[in-house]
Amino acid sequence: MESVIERIEKGHFWKFHGGIHPPEMKFLTTNKPILQLPMPAELVIPIQQHIGEAGEVIVNIGDAVVKGQALTRSTLPISVPVHAPTSGKISAIEKATIAHPSGLEELCIKLIPDGEDTWRERTICPEYKQLSKSDIIEKISNAGISGMGGAGFPTHIKVSTNAQINYLIINASECEPYITADDLLIREHSSAILDGINILDHLLEPAFILIGIEDNKPEAIQALKNATKDSDKIKVCVLPTQYPVGGEKQLIMALTGTEVPSGVLPTTLGIVMQNIATCFAIADAVIHDTPLIKRVVTVSGQALEKPQNVWALLGTPVEFLLQECGYPQQEKKHIVMGGPMMGFSLPNSQVPIVKTTNCILAPSEQEIPNDNQEVECIRCGQCAEVCPSQLLPQELQWSAKAKDHQQLNTLNLFDCIECGACAYVCPSHIPLVHYYRISKAEIRQQNLLDIKAEKAKVRFEARKLRLEREKLAREEKHKKAAEARKARMNSGTPEANNEKSAVAAALARVKAKKAQASSESTSSTEDSNIAPATEKNPQVAAAIARAKAKKLAAKNRQDTPESQTTENQTSESEESTVKPDIVDDKKAKIAAAVAKAKAKKLATTNKSDETSSTSSEKPKDISPADAKKAKIAAAVAKAKAKKQQADKTKEIEATSDDNVQTSIKDEVAKGDIPDKKARIAAAVAKAKAKKQQAESK
Amino acid sequence: MTIIIAILVIGVIGLTFGALLGYASVRFKVEGDPLAEQLDALLPQTQCGQCGYPGCKPYAEAVANGEAINKCAPGGDDTIKKIADLMGVEVQPLDGNHETDNTPKVAFIIEEDCIGCTKCIQACPVDAIIGATKQMHTVIIDECTGCDLCVAPCPVDCIEMRPISQTTRNWQWDLNTIPVVQIDEVQIDATPQGKEV
Repeated sequence: MESVIERIEKGHFWKFHGGIHPPEMKFLTTNKPILQLPMPAELVIPIQQHIGEAGEVIVNIGDAVVKGQALTRSTLPISVPVHAPTSGKISAIEKATIAHPSGLEELCIKLIPDGEDTWRERTICPEYKQLSKSDIIEKISNAGISGMGGAGFPTHIKVSTNAQINYLIINASECEPYITADDLLIREHSSAILDGINILDHLLEPAFILIGIEDNKPEAIQALKNATKDSDKIKVCVLPTQYPVGGEKQLIMALTGTEVPSGVLPTTLGIVMQNIATCFAIADAVIHDTPLIKRVVTVSGQALEKPQNVWALLGTPVEFLLQECGYPQQEKKHIVMGGPMMGFSLPNSQVPIVKTTNCILAPSEQEIPNDNQEVECIRCGQCAEVCPSQLLPQELQWSAKAKDHQQLNTLNLFDCIECGACAYVCPSHIPLVHYYRISKAEIRQQNLLDIKAEKAKVRFEARKLRLEREKLAREEKHKKAAEARKARMNSGTPEANNEKSAVAAALARVKAKKAQASSESTSSTEDSNIAPATEKNPQVAAAIARAKAKKLAAKNRQDTPESQTTENQTSESEESTVKPDIVDDKKAKIAAAVAKAKAKKLATTNKSDETSSTSSEKPKDISPADAKKAKIAAAVAKAKAKKQQADKTKEIEATSDDNVQTSIKDEVAKGDIPDKKARIAAAVAKAKAKKQQAESK
Repeated sequence: MTIIIAILVIGVIGLTFGALLGYASVRFKVEGDPLAEQLDALLPQTQCGQCGYPGCKPYAEAVANGEAINKCAPGGDDTIKKIADLMGVEVQPLDGNHETDNTPKVAFIIEEDCIGCTKCIQACPVDAIIGATKQMHTVIIDECTGCDLCVAPCPVDCIEMRPISQTTRNWQWDLNTIPVVQIDEVQIDATPQGKEV
């Protein structure tokens, strides 16, 4: 470890593989101070601006909020809240286009500022060392701080590690072209940044703190050196400018000579890295009790009249920033969020600034010609030379195009940091990173599907087992009950004798029924059957009656209208089951469902039974006209039912389904639950329509 | 004499190898059908029964025993291709009896219409519907496989299949919907150098 510090003190650093030197273009914005912007007319605050889970919205439309008030809340650990950037009124909570390459819409809170900029109550706490570590971490978490370098990982998770930390690395390298936000922040607020670094020092207790900064920011380097000159622990490490030295693994390699293995977090190597803007936010949160509600954004590009860095409230539309920096009115806008290497084109300029937005790029036509002509790979191998992760970009490209996911995993696609160096040097203009991104998304999706399939399989197996178990249990129960009955009957008591005779009577009845069935005298069957059935459970009776009614209906179709018979039968049986005192809406619903189910069943029996379909009362062809008619009838019935319900009349003429009618009448008489009634009417109408269709078939 | 020795030697060798094979078949016996297991892993596990078998595993077993490989509608062409690779047979187009639309969907219960009949609960192969008799039912979206089996039994037609909406989490980096732009640095030199945006 000593040698690492010795080397750093001598100004010797390690070199990571590859890297490129794109034109820096930082001169556009480095010479102007950070501009304070006026208040925009509306702020759009996406509820998720970090990696992890979104919080739950805790404000309502129309609420007046004050500056710094939390708008979301979450109990999940990997989640941070968002705050109101100013005081005002919540005008909407709706989906809006967010800062994401897809241009998809996600839930956002819209805030109309009242211009007062009233703060919530804050408690300034300069003596943070008095606080316990967990209190500080809670403050950081409640302030909604997530990594401001680009990834947006919640900071409180990164700093609540228990591991022994050798190096705390502060990333101030800002290697991407155009971006100068961190540079300006260091120049103007180096003391606040130092406070933030000291808080991190207090939390993590690292052996050394290394600030990695590229040698193209002399003023910022001077500011940092001045601020840290009293501390031996903090080393300002001036690195040679090379893209992408600001990548986490690349900066660790450059400063400590340690290569972070694939799939390993730097924490396990005793290294924690924080962005310098995050340090500023931490100081603000812990000492000034100010949540993360604004950040420095570089608004640059040659299309702008006055490109410069601005303090932007989170949620400020990009359009507003562009106007403030002199963006000419033009039809076709091309705006990039993030730097030119890793940023993405915005679908429109109403997208809000979020916690990870460090740059808005408005390039001129010369900076971005639209002749993006991808040609075949010529296998020059330049991409492999510049890849900072030592991957094989051209191999990856072929596998990505072939969708060979296995090969992509073998080639370690997920170690690609999407820095864009390969695409930058590619003489064939192949948008390599885009192919990798598509493949990454596909592989992630496939993994999710695999997990889901595995889960479904487990659930399916569990259900099968459960059904099997239930079946066995049922059989066991029936067997036991039968045995018990037998034992009771054979015990010789008078009750047993009674039961025996009852069984004998039942057997006789069954025999009689069989005889009757063979002689096909349907009416007598019905009488003799209903009589014993009613003695039993009324529900069973109803079921039997229904079944019979159906049979009857099939047989009597030539003599009587089918539907009427069925319904009359069912109404009888239903009435037998219905006790007037417990008539309620649920029963009506059930009745409707029963009617429907019956209609369905009838339809199927009719389909299977050829004779019944030929002897059907309505010998019409199955035509769309019939279906239409039925639908119209249903609609008419529905409308009528509604009208009647409105008039509160006690007679319902529209429905011919007697049993349901009865229950509806009961309810009308009661005069309550009107909406449910309407629903019942609708269900009845539906059932009838279905039945009619079935009949016409 | 030589012939007898030769026969003996051959016989002994045969017996030895026979014994070895016999031992190996007992010692390294594989429970179940490994091919069916592999096929089962390829199937989407929707348990929809569209293939005519009661679940994915029975279909996997049937395919292992020579059933057509093109009957899995939810898996679509991708699954057929994977099965064909594994079985070493020709890729076939999806069986014409099935719907070709295999966009991911989940069941949705229109709760105000639900009468609480529990028919859909009984139909669900993965127990993704919760509810009780005469109580409103609802679908656990994360567990729903989109198999469609609950739609038919519903007596009041209150279940519909809704496509899973696209969010930033499941977005697939579709190049056609966003402009792919290369930023070119005019300052460097005459040869254009592409940059990733």
